[in-house]
Amino acid sequence: MKFAVLVFPGLTCDLDMYYAVEETVKQEVEYVWHTEADQLDYFDAVLLPTGTSYGNYLRPGALAKSSPACKHLQAFAETGKPVLGVGNGFHILVETGILPGGFLRNNSLKFRSALETVKVENNNTVFTKDYAKGQTIQLPVASDFGNYYADEATVEELKKTNRIIFTYADENLDGSISAIAGITNDKGNVLGMMPLPERAVEEIIGGTGGTPLFHSILNNWSEQHVN
Amino acid sequence: MSINHEPTAEQIKEQRLYLQMGMTDEEYERAVEKLGRTPNYTETGLFSAMWSEHCSYKSSKSVLRKFPTEGERVLQGPGEGAGIVDIGDNQAAVFKMESHNSPSAIEPFIGAATGAGGIIRDVFSMGARPVALVNSLRFGDLTEPRDKFLFEEAVAGIASYGNTMGIPTVAGEVQFDQCYSKRPLVNAMAVGLLNHEDIQKGLAAGVGNTVLYAGATTGRDGIHGATMSSSEVSIEEEKELPVMQAGDPFIEKLLMEACLELVKSDALIGIQDMGAAGLTSSAAEMASKAGYGVEMNLDLVPQREDNMTAYEMMLSESQERMLIVVKKGREEEVIALFTKYGINAAAIGQVTDDKMLRLLHKGEVVAEVSADLLAEDAPSYQKGSKEPASFAANQAIENKEPQVENLKETLLDLLQRPTIASKEWVYNQFDTGARTNTVLAPGASAGIIRVRGTNKGIAMTADCNSRFIYLDPETGGKIAVAEAARNLVCSGAEPIALTDCLNFGSPDKPEVFWQLEKSADGISEACRKLNAPVIGGNVSLSNEVNGVPIYPTPTIGLVGIVHDLKEVTTPGFKQAGDAIYIIGQTETEFGGSELQQMIEGKIFGKAPAIDLDVEVKRQKQLLAAIQQGLLQSAADLSEGGFAVALCEKAFATDGLGAEVTVEGSAVTALFSETQSRFLVTVKADQVAEFEEKVEDAVKIGTVTDGGQLVIKDAEGSVLVEGTVEQFHAAWKGAIPCLLNSED
Repeated sequence: MKFAVLVFPGLTCDLDMYYAVEETVKQEVEYVWHTEADQLDYFDAVLLPTGTSYGNYLRPGALAKSSPACKHLQAFAETGKPVLGVGNGFHILVETGILPGGFLRNNSLKFRSALETVKVENNNTVFTKDYAKGQTIQLPVASDFGNYYADEATVEELKKTNRIIFTYADENLDGSISAIAGITNDKGNVLGMMPLPERAVEEIIGGTGGTPLFHSILNNWSEQHVN
Repeated sequence: MSINHEPTAEQIKEQRLYLQMGMTDEEYERAVEKLGRTPNYTETGLFSAMWSEHCSYKSSKSVLRKFPTEGERVLQGPGEGAGIVDIGDNQAAVFKMESHNSPSAIEPFIGAATGAGGIIRDVFSMGARPVALVNSLRFGDLTEPRDKFLFEEAVAGIASYGNTMGIPTVAGEVQFDQCYSKRPLVNAMAVGLLNHEDIQKGLAAGVGNTVLYAGATTGRDGIHGATMSSSEVSIEEEKELPVMQAGDPFIEKLLMEACLELVKSDALIGIQDMGAAGLTSSAAEMASKAGYGVEMNLDLVPQREDNMTAYEMMLSESQERMLIVVKKGREEEVIALFTKYGINAAAIGQVTDDKMLRLLHKGEVVAEVSADLLAEDAPSYQKGSKEPASFAANQAIENKEPQVENLKETLLDLLQRPTIASKEWVYNQFDTGARTNTVLAPGASAGIIRVRGTNKGIAMTADCNSRFIYLDPETGGKIAVAEAARNLVCSGAEPIALTDCLNFGSPDKPEVFWQLEKSADGISEACRKLNAPVIGGNVSLSNEVNGVPIYPTPTIGLVGIVHDLKEVTTPGFKQAGDAIYIIGQTETEFGGSELQQMIEGKIFGKAPAIDLDVEVKRQKQLLAAIQQGLLQSAADLSEGGFAVALCEKAFATDGLGAEVTVEGSAVTALFSETQSRFLVTVKADQVAEFEEKVEDAVKIGTVTDGGQLVIKDAEGSVLVEGTVEQFHAAWKGAIPCLLNSED
């Protein structure tokens, strides 16, 4: 399986995502610079790391939308292949309209870095099959715009269609509506989440709460490519 | 300010305009004599910047020479952007600490942010990828609104820069004392890693080679920052303030990636950050160090404002800029490399053989000065030094316990002192886990970064107890280094080298200069005993408000190596039944202690004594025991003494507590700040082996279940008893509480 780590200028944690793939599923993984994204078709999954794309000027993720890479990203998402955006990568997925909603500053109005307890609300997705439903895992967060927002109708729709994949199980300190930590698009092949699974794939660094997510992606792909 | 209105060389001399640029009469005369003529406006600006304390160390050179700078691991000592030490496997650690105190006193957010930005550039200009940040901060005691503002904004500024760069902040320290009120200290340290063959230096060598400018455009911001940084801040006088340089970490991230790609290219000759004194210092120093000259055409400098003069361009401290020398004929490919990352790069000059710094602007030579004269021939002052009367008076005071009514209440009060309280409010704002190498994040004794691809770690810490240094600079200097080393050893690391930031008052005060000299003596001796040389650093003088100097604060940034990540040790309790040991005798030593300050409202008396031979022996034995897997947890005893350290060990793990028995007078046992002590826990079945390895360890109790903390005296009477939760709440909530309180 071939993973692309799509890098917009300022997505500083590209390396975290790259190593997470190497560490967990040990598959082929490549960095794709945003000006070279016309070859995304070659890959089986696209990973959008966290960081500070375009310095978060205007709004986190907002300027990435004007990169030509976003068209290719949208086209890739429409093929049904998996797309994972974490942290600032989630911001970009929202700003491009691939996922619904938006982001506000954290309730504290400060950047917040912490280890969070996250609940798996739906384990019937490409990304979460290796978790148990209702399982709680520990994942780091690190953002000043971790406060997910969507209007009531959208939240109701997300709930009804089981597209809220992760929620904050303990405190919802950044203030996300309905304690939402991660959602998918309606097809279920695009996951955006604020917690950072790629930073939790080794005991020595921050636990292994994120490891099953990468295995889920690979296992799903393997099932579809049995021969 | 247009070029037509610049004063002539004559006017500068007659009206003594150089004084406004921070040059003295003697310095100006020296410049005239060495130059052989009166310098024009631009040239006077070059002299004033290069001969500022910040760039020339003219007042502190004699002190800096005291430091041991050599050692078997040292690959680059002081003099370049950052120092470099060998860490084995053909790899090296690159690091330096620098102050950004004056800018932070004026505009704390951007002052602190650009402090972090500058030190990161120093590290990647050596060819190293920055892997971790550390900071050391000082503020007033958070009772005054201005100090709360400075604290909140400075922390946010550092966080903003480091987080946007994607470099984790893994260690740091914050202390609070009214001596820093309105005059905060913001010291930032960056640590990088590289392979030996990638080491770069700031050299402008090879006649005809091209001088390239890369990075953000040059504006009128930060003009004369280098001279400002060496002067007193007088906020209340509402004087005209300089335009501060603002940072853009997004540009710096792109610049860094481009530079790190460039260091792999054989087109590169030399690279240096445009830090203090911007284009002036980078060009003059690169030429002088290499023994060549540099000629630059300022018309070619990328500018963000119209009609900039040569003077303004040369003295601008716009951020995120590098000066680079590349082989002649290779300019295009290097410029293309920067363009790929969206960074401006332009050829602005070439290397010459005449050792001159020559500047052209609008077709005229606007400055022509020997590079050595600027970079090497600054005056050097042997400042007057005098022992302050207070020193002898303090030494004459007998050690005595402060009057304590209620031990438990006192402990609760101590835990809420901002210097002792949890710094979670601070470090939660830092992205501590970016790049997924952080093994120990803030909150432990030291920060540890894994060296990817090996089983090694790099450990780092920043420390300085300025109260001890104020009372007794030589002893306090030793303590600063020893305490930093204790923090590394407790984490399982062997200290290898350090950087320092010497934050002092005005060197023109003989008592301040004496503090500087004596503390350097103490630091130097501790460095020798601990085999940790000084490989770089920075001096920040004239930290005063209204003529009152801060406590002398030579911050130590110490780096160590963890030989096997299995040996990483944390401070918190691990399991019930483990034996608790204290290592080291406790004496009645309260001079400069947190308890003394809290109860008496001031500090006086003798600083705690330190015997470096005892210190080294204990550290070696403890580290050996850690490396043999005999320790469950380890912490040193510092501010607040034993009782505070015991509480902090309990806070780390839910549900655990402790029952201990202490000897001697309760106030001394609980709160004295005697040096060279540790508090550790050991598994019950390893007790005998541990005791054999660590001579001065005395068993005092046991880790318990149930979250109770009980401290008894030798007769069995309870001195302090309470739930860990109660102490924890006080400690954890103190800083947010101080910030939210009504002024």
